[in-house]
Amino acid sequence: MNVIEFTFLVWTGSLVAGFLGSLTGLGGGVVLVPLLTIFFHVDLRYAIGASLVSVIATSSGSAAAYVKEGFSNIRIGMFLEIATTIGALFGAYLTAKVPGKAIAIIFGIVLMYSAYVSRRTRPRTETEQPPDALATKLKMNGNFPDTSGIRTYNVYHVPAGFGVMWVAGALSGLLGIGSGALKVVAMDQAMKIPFKVSTTTSNFMIGVTAAASAGVYLSRGYIDPSLAMPVMVGVLIGSLMGTRVLVKTQTKRLRLVFSVVIVLLGVEMMFKGLTGGF
Amino acid sequence: MTTKRLDDDRVEGLIAHLLRAGVLIAALVVIGGAVPYLSQSPRSHVNYRTFHSQPEYLKSVHGIIGTALSGDPRGIMQLGLLLLIATPIARVMFSAVAFAIEGDRMYVGFTLLVLAVLLYSLFGSFLIA
Repeated sequence: MNVIEFTFLVWTGSLVAGFLGSLTGLGGGVVLVPLLTIFFHVDLRYAIGASLVSVIATSSGSAAAYVKEGFSNIRIGMFLEIATTIGALFGAYLTAKVPGKAIAIIFGIVLMYSAYVSRRTRPRTETEQPPDALATKLKMNGNFPDTSGIRTYNVYHVPAGFGVMWVAGALSGLLGIGSGALKVVAMDQAMKIPFKVSTTTSNFMIGVTAAASAGVYLSRGYIDPSLAMPVMVGVLIGSLMGTRVLVKTQTKRLRLVFSVVIVLLGVEMMFKGLTGGF
Repeated sequence: MTTKRLDDDRVEGLIAHLLRAGVLIAALVVIGGAVPYLSQSPRSHVNYRTFHSQPEYLKSVHGIIGTALSGDPRGIMQLGLLLLIATPIARVMFSAVAFAIEGDRMYVGFTLLVLAVLLYSLFGSFLIA
């Protein structure tokens, strides 16, 4: 493939990846690394570098649209970013120490686990629990616009959410993904934050988390401008298209799309890792 | 409580503008480098199968700015990517100021902690890389 063909095909693939990533709250990267490594035979390190950069574009580009809807919670996001950025720095440090085969297998496990937890129906305890003392002290309880007017919510289990966020950050740095799925798990499942608030706040946090490992990637030479260019531009346009769909789509359908995509990618990456594809 | 919520909404609106502007500028710079890059040698072959680290001048903040200013297409694209990485960092700085104006010392502290990690990654991570 010559420069023009390669750039155009990577751009098109990234456009689709960005659209899916934004639509599902996964943040594009999770689709990109398999796409670049499996279909374009790109070295895992270049793929991770380009993916991470595009994750920042997706997050920042779509966060701008979400913020206006009033779903994301800036305090929850900022507090949890302490965990994700420190985790991301650690993950990026590990990337050079862990063999590619292991990274591919971890990638697969992460994807499949995320799909599993997102499909598991949790008992909807809509009965009002007393507000959590720590969450109240951290001013995390908030509200968002719902079909029936403004809905208020309380936040619970802050330490558990913080712990999962550290892991999400570490995986983001290790795999060059936004770890959107795990961030949503931490907020939606552990901290009992409403799904829409979780997905939008997660998207908001992804850019900051990715920026924490991007510096390390840059100084290691993982970010190739000729590869990252079509990826970033494609993902950005795709994610902006995906954002327009999110607000209108039902949460249930969103979760279904979300799970199917990540299971397929998980199987693919694990298979490649185990058969020595990396 | 209502006024605090309103302030939060305004801050979030400003952050939205900041993020959009940052991404837009970054994308324009990247495209500004892509045009000469693609027209220079469109038929040459690409190979990303094997990893060899980027040259020194595309790896550090200082090096990237210098390379971009010399008009090198790959340097300009890398500068665009650097601006993209800087966008969330600018957002965190902005949040720190916004929390300070609101008088929320606890969140100023949290935000500065996040900022320190980000700046360390961008400027000091060669120490661990």
